Amino acid sequence: VTAVLPELDLDGPAAPPRSNGELVFAEPWQGRAFGLVMALTDRGVLSYDAFRRALVERIDAQEQASPTGQSHYYQCWLEALEQVLDTAAVVSPTEIDARAAAFAARPPGHDHDHDHGHDHDH
Amino acid sequence: MTPETLEPGLDLATRTEALESLMLEKGLADTQTIETFIGIYETKVGPMNGAKVVARAWTDPEYKARLLADGTGAVAELGFKGPQGEHIVVLENTAAQHHVVVCTLCSCYPWPLLGLPPSWYKDSSYRSRVVKEPRAVLREWGTELDDDVAVRVHDSSSEVRYFVLPERPAGTDDLSEDELAALVTRDAMVGVTKVAAP
Repeated sequence: VTAVLPELDLDGPAAPPRSNGELVFAEPWQGRAFGLVMALTDRGVLSYDAFRRALVERIDAQEQASPTGQSHYYQCWLEALEQVLDTAAVVSPTEIDARAAAFAARPPGHDHDHDHGHDHDH
Repeated sequence: MTPETLEPGLDLATRTEALESLMLEKGLADTQTIETFIGIYETKVGPMNGAKVVARAWTDPEYKARLLADGTGAVAELGFKGPQGEHIVVLENTAAQHHVVVCTLCSCYPWPLLGLPPSWYKDSSYRSRVVKEPRAVLREWGTELDDDVAVRVHDSSSEVRYFVLPERPAGTDDLSEDELAALVTRDAMVGVTKVAAP
């Protein structure tokens, strides 16, 4: 079951905490990528130091390629995660490619077919 | 978000979802643990932790001495520990010396005290410029320092994560520890600003 993130209430009392006006994660997938690294580290599937070394390499490579360009921190984060998992023979980029292609081929609205209760009489 | 709009993050989102589903299938991760970590850093761990440490140090000289001698141990006294909380070194800002922290290689940061780093801390602009021209960067943050104030830039790493103990502002003698904590900002604990008087 894929967890459904609650709709964000950006200004109300349930607003997620921000630091000087910015969300901790700019997009939900960034939080998932963060949480995945933490969960895998917690379980001992990967070492955070190895991950960090890969992250440093990715950030450096991105800056060499685009010194003044926009920073894509969580893209580097995700690439570093894929790299250490590939090195550890946990999962290969090919497997991820295949799964991502399958997900991308899903019909629009696939993640909105759960029961929101909108259509029920009360 | 409508499915028709091609968001820049869409491919990365799909890829992240694909990777997560593979990890779940292989039994190497579970959704609850992933979401617990997300929730902790979205809501429970943040600069308010560091602010409590600062306020305690301002009001308790013995605690301050322990904090400067052994950052990790002293913050653990207040219950703040966890990933990226190892090897915390606390730097005291004074009228004569101003410390500011960066991670030139990536984004090393004392998570248990400040949560996850803001985007400017991760940007190449801050990471390269604060080393080369700290006074100019501080000025852009509105931090004006006299010429006789020494500025020191510290590079956090996996070995040492620096945390700045800002200078207590004047006119705060009557404030309680909680009131003091409310004055302390994340930026002051990174060292790009000072704590303003109330």
